[in-house]
Amino acid sequence: MEKKLGLYICEGCSIGESLNIEKLTNIGKNALKVPVVKSHFALCGKEGIDLIKNDIQSEGVNTIVLAACSSRIKYEEFDFPGSLVERIPLRELAVWVQEEKSEMQIAAEDYIKMHVIKAQKGDIPEPYMMETVKTILVIGGGMAGMSSALQSANLGYPVVLVEKEAQLGGFVNKLYKKIPTAEYYTEPLIVDTEIDKVVKEVESHPNIKVYKSAKVEKTDGQPGAYDVTISSNGSEEVVKIGAIVLAAGWRPYDATKLDHLGYGKFKDVVTNIEFEEIARKSGNKGKITRPSDGKEAKKVAFIQCAGQRDPNHLSYCSAMCCATSLKQAKYVRQNQDAVAMILYKDIRTPGRLEFYYKEAQNDAGVMLTKGEVTGVSDAGRGNLYVEMENSLLGEKVNVEADLVVLATGVVPATLDDPILNLQYRQGLGLPDLDLYDGFADSNFICFQYETRRTGVYAAGCVRQPMNMAEAQEDAAGAALKAVQCVEHVAKGIAVHPRAWDMTYPDPFMQRCTSCKRCTEECPFGAIDEDEKGTPFFKPGRCRRCATCMGACPERIVSFKDYHVDMIGSMLKNASVPEDEDEPRIFVLCCENDAYPAVDTAALQKIKINHAVRFVQLRCLGSTNLVWIADAFSRGVDGLLLLGCKYGENYQCHFAKGSELANYRLGKVQETLDRLQLEADRVQMVQLAIDEYEKIPDIINEFVDKVKEIGPNPFKGF
Amino acid sequence: MPDVNRILVIGGGFSGLTTAVDAAETGAEVIVVEKNPYLGGRVAQLNKYFPKLCPPLCGLEINFRRIKTNANIAFHTMAEVESISGGPGDYNVTIKANPRYVNDNCVACNACAEACPAERPNDYNFGMNTSKAAYLPFNQAFPQKYVIDANYCKGDCGKACLDACKYNAIDLDMKPEAINIKVDSIVAATGWNPYDAKKMDNLGFGNVKNVITNMMMERLSAPNGPTGGKIIRPSDGKPVQSIAFVQCAGSRDEKHLPFCSYICCLASLKQTTYIREQNPDSKAYIFYIDIRTPGRYEKFFWKVKEDQNVSLIKGKVAKITQDVDSDDVIVEAEDMLTGNKIRTKVDMVVLATGMEPAGASNKVKGVKYNDDGFALAGPGIFPTGCSKNPMDVARSGQDATGAVIKAIAAGNFKGQGR
Repeated sequence: MEKKLGLYICEGCSIGESLNIEKLTNIGKNALKVPVVKSHFALCGKEGIDLIKNDIQSEGVNTIVLAACSSRIKYEEFDFPGSLVERIPLRELAVWVQEEKSEMQIAAEDYIKMHVIKAQKGDIPEPYMMETVKTILVIGGGMAGMSSALQSANLGYPVVLVEKEAQLGGFVNKLYKKIPTAEYYTEPLIVDTEIDKVVKEVESHPNIKVYKSAKVEKTDGQPGAYDVTISSNGSEEVVKIGAIVLAAGWRPYDATKLDHLGYGKFKDVVTNIEFEEIARKSGNKGKITRPSDGKEAKKVAFIQCAGQRDPNHLSYCSAMCCATSLKQAKYVRQNQDAVAMILYKDIRTPGRLEFYYKEAQNDAGVMLTKGEVTGVSDAGRGNLYVEMENSLLGEKVNVEADLVVLATGVVPATLDDPILNLQYRQGLGLPDLDLYDGFADSNFICFQYETRRTGVYAAGCVRQPMNMAEAQEDAAGAALKAVQCVEHVAKGIAVHPRAWDMTYPDPFMQRCTSCKRCTEECPFGAIDEDEKGTPFFKPGRCRRCATCMGACPERIVSFKDYHVDMIGSMLKNASVPEDEDEPRIFVLCCENDAYPAVDTAALQKIKINHAVRFVQLRCLGSTNLVWIADAFSRGVDGLLLLGCKYGENYQCHFAKGSELANYRLGKVQETLDRLQLEADRVQMVQLAIDEYEKIPDIINEFVDKVKEIGPNPFKGF
Repeated sequence: MPDVNRILVIGGGFSGLTTAVDAAETGAEVIVVEKNPYLGGRVAQLNKYFPKLCPPLCGLEINFRRIKTNANIAFHTMAEVESISGGPGDYNVTIKANPRYVNDNCVACNACAEACPAERPNDYNFGMNTSKAAYLPFNQAFPQKYVIDANYCKGDCGKACLDACKYNAIDLDMKPEAINIKVDSIVAATGWNPYDAKKMDNLGFGNVKNVITNMMMERLSAPNGPTGGKIIRPSDGKPVQSIAFVQCAGSRDEKHLPFCSYICCLASLKQTTYIREQNPDSKAYIFYIDIRTPGRYEKFFWKVKEDQNVSLIKGKVAKITQDVDSDDVIVEAEDMLTGNKIRTKVDMVVLATGMEPAGASNKVKGVKYNDDGFALAGPGIFPTGCSKNPMDVARSGQDATGAVIKAIAAGNFKGQGR
């Protein structure tokens, strides 16, 4: 597209009083050769907007550079559909954070130059169009999977449901009864699961195709265009899929590892799942019989946290077991003469489940005791002792029972099986699972369904430990994300989080050296390699963070409005003071966290050292080392990177951005050596969005360090 | 029938925003109605999220950007739903937009606040400090627009703000406005309020100095809070060296909130990390009935429990009183495991007050509620987040995304399928 730039300089918010607007206008016209340059008292007012709109219509301006305020405000006013809009935060960075008037002018000139060049180098985005399908694959036919399938199918989306067992229903098939879904709990406190009805609804739904005794052998391709190989009863089929709901469920923790609790040693020590089986067989007769001798069990002890919350077994709480034991106590209490004893560390019935707990507390035949269970031993007469310490009953007690139920925990299916069998260069399953104890969870508190594989949304106990009602709710969310994903890829735009982004990585492959850095570093596994080892991009998987752009030593990865040369040119076009005591330093910052922190500091008129110029990046992961050379060869004295916190609790929304930037800086020594420069001229600092008050000190400290090193020897060249 | 779904989202807190963004990104048209002058709700008042201890503004910033760039989302702040009539696919809703007294010309330059002579108790900080009557709710508020509090702007200032504003952004004659809209379905994301701690006589809130609530503790710890993040006690500004957390302050109590509020155990553990990090010699006592850190939150519990300066005591606090000779606070409880009576003197007490659903005090006409004020689903109406059940932020987000698919299904989605 032929671009025609318009530079509009706002004089409002004390910009006019602080800066020489005429000089800025002349720079735009003469030095930067912008065809249309105008200034106005308040660009965001109706008159100002009309001025710009008029230029769009009559002058053909289609690239609008607004030297006014931060893009975090006045976004409604400065919205010009069909045009490229570049915002220069003149008010914040050239006026509010500056102390001296002379510095304000220099900063304003720099920012105008940097951003006009950025706009000159950018292009209007176009969507990435490919042939897509909108079929949703649901892996797992338990409660979560069936719910997801129904939710998507009811919206009109075709669904393919893959279940490994010969029948649908998952763990619910094993249950005798379930906890009713209710606002408050009254009798009956146990009700039929009615799983048959759900199974029937799924199997008879015109939009759902069910594969039973089936497995996903391979998932190839990308969101909108996956080729999924499904094997079922000895035959294989390749199905075109748009997005995937991973509802592969869980298994109970292996009770044979709980020999200290007598499992395997005593026949009458059973797991809570086995207890469901027992209840199904005998419960309808109003009693519970025990495995050893078929006698009725009248004193049943439930040991909570049988493996859970135990560093030797499961480090997490399984969330569902407390309520399950309360429910199973009701199985026991179907016989009024029988007693249930629940031995717990903490009873965990959050929210309204508290009412369910209360019902059990009101039942004289349900005894609840806090304590630490240390073992199970023979009590003679065919009975057992549950040994407890530090309990409400005393320091050391033996509780006699004729049947012991171990409330074992949840182990996610993804712990040791990739399930998805992704044909991605980076591996078959979801990455990072060790951070979540094997669960297919998201790292993001705010974005629960965002795994590191676009198009894959987990639901139910494979994602987090949860109960049946919660799994059904979770399934609805995952189904929506799958639907959203297929709609976005069909339109050729990014899915979460950059849902507004129409650009995509467009590598200039002729110059690719197959170094594989991009394929290794992409946080989302969006880049595969062909047989010769040449990378090829799968834009449907891509989240548009531009980590690949930063990784590439050949600088061949570009987006329409974001590329290596664009940022490099910004760094080459700010002033470098001649005075040796006045360093020029660039601060590259992440646009979601570090930059908003800078913006907040500016809003509070916090002063920031005039040596620095800020440049916003999509993500620090897009930092290309050539920028260091670009800046330093022009005499810039230092480069500071402000990025998100990394490590176990990383905050980078693209998972690895700041960490990768830091890693690359570790390797920059070579570049700096070649330029005969000190490594300390480049530094990265982790900064969260709320740490705006730290910014002046962080920057001053860095400026002092650079001053100590001395001026860049290239200064003045 | 229109080609797209139109969804009303009542409440612009974490759940409402998630619903709005996810619905709009799936092609629906969304209208958000928020009673505060800003979006973000309760999470905008939090210092950090558990268990990652990351700032809520990080996720909010992403969602604000999604709102800014999505033409399918409209929102009204300082607004409430007045009436709902009709049914799924054809709801008529009247929204009352209360006057902000500042119009869209506002550039957030702060000139009005600088000129304004009147002060108001800062509700964002639970009254722990004041702001001008012309104010920005907090420094990262979205939308970044000032507000004038009519209750404190009494007009005897010679209208200093009017003179100070160069952009004709102030309109003191602004009137409430009725907005009528048609939508297909409604998501009620009206959230929660901290339970009124004054209702628990024995816990001393309002009478005993230096007894605060957990939400106040969030503000007290936040960099943009009344003390700039310094945890000092309100009465005399002394840095807090010993602190007691009183769990189930109102929750799991038939006389107050009969349910468990889900977040308070984790919130107190999190707040323990605030104080332990800030004052390395400080000591924290947590009085609890059960520690409820479900799922993988258990590890966060372990991390706090490992700290030698943190004591966990199973026992309900019986009484909180003022020390006779100082501003210190006396906490009395019984250790249920040892049977010992405990009497501890601390610098400050945090009441882990529970979550009262917004529906307990303020019901939206046309939405049904249960006895505790939790919103109930109806045809085309879907409650989400803490309006329907106590839950944490992560679960609210998940629930809000799930509410979208239900709302879209109820609204006869047209852009569906192949």
